[in-house]
Amino acid sequence: MSLRAFHIVFIVVSVMLSLYVGVWGVRQYRIEGTTGALAFGVIFLLAAVALVIYGMNVVRKFRELP
Amino acid sequence: MTTTTLTHPVPVDDGHGHGGGHHEIEIPYTLHPRPDTGMYNGKLGIWLFLASEVMLFGALFSTLILLRTSAPSWPHGWQELNIPLATLNTFILIGSSVTVVLAWANLRLGDLRKGKIFLSITLLCGLGFMVIKSIEYATKFRHHHFPSTNNFFATYFVMTGLHGLHVLGGMIVFGYLIGPGAKLWETNRDQYTNRVEVTGLYWHFVDLVWIFLFPILYLL
Repeated sequence: MSLRAFHIVFIVVSVMLSLYVGVWGVRQYRIEGTTGALAFGVIFLLAAVALVIYGMNVVRKFRELP
Repeated sequence: MTTTTLTHPVPVDDGHGHGGGHHEIEIPYTLHPRPDTGMYNGKLGIWLFLASEVMLFGALFSTLILLRTSAPSWPHGWQELNIPLATLNTFILIGSSVTVVLAWANLRLGDLRKGKIFLSITLLCGLGFMVIKSIEYATKFRHHHFPSTNNFFATYFVMTGLHGLHVLGGMIVFGYLIGPGAKLWETNRDQYTNRVEVTGLYWHFVDLVWIFLFPILYLL
């Protein structure tokens, strides 16, 4: 497996982590009611979105590489 | 294809019952994928190494699962550990994976200056990770939390400590590639670029381990 393929695998796993942690934060907020947990969850959900956008861009850029 | 010859003589039987003969082993540095393995030798080597690393960390993850499921009580990571610092470290490592790919991509495009800049950013990310981790450790020690305290802290320190050593190892290699190792660019650009790719594969693996460590140790 090349670095480009492994990088895409890494991004996919990172998106899954971000979604899991995001949902975990929101659930903690529902249980405890602390805004810190909510902020934590929202940060990771936004990170998941950012990583998906980055992943789509990087796939396109990789095709342009020699 | 370029080759290198090991200078260490290997004793072999000289045919007269004596082991005093010498034989030289040639290890080829292939720059392009070999038809039999589908990859150049350096990449095959790093994947074999990473396979052994999967077994090492796999054994530790299995140990954690067995200890946790068999323990009558187990503390929640988010109650004992510093989540904001670990979150920051997570983003630092994800960012460093992006910069190491950018370094390799720029080298593929023939831009050594940009390649070295992105390698330096990756090295700084590794340094930032280690500084934050040392702050986390220092806080734990101040609160008298040691590996001997309980099984939770034993697994926490062993797994994050071993991971930290891997980060340190990657930083040393990046330092070499930015510094004295960069001389190879003048004589063999493809080989230098391949070295960065192989190091990038290792770095991605180290980051991937953290991606699993973070939720398992800190959140569950």
